[in-house]
Amino acid sequence: MLKVENLTFEVNENGAKRDIIQNVSFQLDDGEMLVVTGPNGGGKSTLAKVLMGVERASAGRILLDGQDISSLSIDERAKAGLGFAFQQPPRFKGMTVGRLVGLAAGRPLSDDACCEILSRVGLCAREYLKREVDGTLSGGEMKRIEIATVLAKEHKLAIFDEPEAGIDLWSFSLLTQEFERLHRRGGQSLLLISHQERIIRMADRILVIEGGRMAALGSRDELLPGLIGQGSYQDCARLSCAEGEEQHGNP
Amino acid sequence: MAILDTITKGILQQIDPKGFLQQGAFNLRYNGSSLCHGDSEHVKIVRKKDKPGIDVYIDAGAQGEQVHIPVVLSASGMVDIVYNDFYVADGAEVTIVSGCGIHNSGCDEARHDGIHAFHIGKNCIVRYEEKHYGEGEGTGKRILNPVTQAEVGEGSVLYLDTAQIKGVDSTVRKTEIDLGPDAKLNLTERLMTHDNQIAQTGMEVRLNGENSSAQLVSRSVAQGRSRQIFHPRAVGKNKCKAHIQCDSILMDGAEVASIPEIDAKHLDAAIIHEAAIGRINDEQLLKLRSLGLSEQEAENVIIEAFLQ
Repeated sequence: MLKVENLTFEVNENGAKRDIIQNVSFQLDDGEMLVVTGPNGGGKSTLAKVLMGVERASAGRILLDGQDISSLSIDERAKAGLGFAFQQPPRFKGMTVGRLVGLAAGRPLSDDACCEILSRVGLCAREYLKREVDGTLSGGEMKRIEIATVLAKEHKLAIFDEPEAGIDLWSFSLLTQEFERLHRRGGQSLLLISHQERIIRMADRILVIEGGRMAALGSRDELLPGLIGQGSYQDCARLSCAEGEEQHGNP
Repeated sequence: MAILDTITKGILQQIDPKGFLQQGAFNLRYNGSSLCHGDSEHVKIVRKKDKPGIDVYIDAGAQGEQVHIPVVLSASGMVDIVYNDFYVADGAEVTIVSGCGIHNSGCDEARHDGIHAFHIGKNCIVRYEEKHYGEGEGTGKRILNPVTQAEVGEGSVLYLDTAQIKGVDSTVRKTEIDLGPDAKLNLTERLMTHDNQIAQTGMEVRLNGENSSAQLVSRSVAQGRSRQIFHPRAVGKNKCKAHIQCDSILMDGAEVASIPEIDAKHLDAAIIHEAAIGRINDEQLLKLRSLGLSEQEAENVIIEAFLQ
């Protein structure tokens, strides 16, 4: 279980402090899927990075199964059970797809095992194993390989930062099926940053981040109508965040 | 079969990963002279009479054959200069595994200069693999100065794969290639320097024949206070295509200078160069660390892959 308490991340801009994330609190149960959504520039990706340890929180706590991981480095958090798919994965000259997926699995993988993982993200696997993770791959291929690196291992919590970005419709459909499968299977918690309605519809709960703050937190049934224009999620937000205040002491 | 000592065996494992088995066509040069040698049906190795070195004659019957000609230097203070010529008949397909390893346990410098000249006929496929490696607890320098010259005949392809693994204090590499009509060159250079090592590479590819093409890729890692200088040059004298790509990772207090040069002497010569020098990318480190690797492990993986 992940518990986030009053998480704040601030940056120093020309001598002035500015909060990118402010007092974010929520809980994610084992096997639960939380989709974080909201306007561009609202702080969603920063929240994901702070959870993974790519950025360090200025205040607040992150607890994974009761262990405070706030001061752990990114690799220590990975060992503690966090997986993270970057929104813009880096390219590696000389690194083959097979090698990267093997590193992600944390153990030597047979070609067949590697192919199985890659096929889950719609890559015709065997031809990719020897290819380099460099400029010869398209953005969509890079993105799917990035997701495969998280699928290569069982995590307590897998975080995907805009997994749909740059992916074609066919691959996106396959990807949503994979997320549904992961979710149905249970075990690992899933946190997805997304703007896609189809992904938001899969969520158990939805967190809306706007201007670095929690604008709403609630179940899919509570928030989805507002998000897809059938109501106002801000109405729900007041309700949900009021609940959050009780639980986590949010302002 | 010659019996090899432990040092020689260890060096051969580094410079001849395909395996030096003393079978088929082979020649092991050890401290300035040939320790063992063998011919095959289609590859004959003949010792030069006028200067140190060998002539390797590869006939058209060689199809997918390997020739192993490593050099091991383990005598401190030795300067070994060798001239090897390769004559490849029309239509032959061959892999030549060369390379030199120096074990210097003394205080005098040990140096090997290998001058290799390739005379490649028409429609051949030649793969040349050369690894350089240095080791030894002595204070004497380990120096390697290779020269590679090749005339590549019509329709032939030359794959030139050179690597300096580690432990070489100083190297000056010179490569000159002439390409005939429809000839192709695929050159890959990988270089690792550390401590106070110095490496200089000069390569010139002359695209003389119509529709000739060349791909030159150089990848290097400079650590410690080492210094590397690259000067690749492609000269297009006919309708041709060439692409030069130099990438270097800079670490610690090392220095890298990359000076690519392209020279088009024909209207239909299309030549491109790219050069990049930089430290290890932070995003690559973060990605690997997000997989559970420590910073040092991530760095090692990035370097290993880069030089693969």
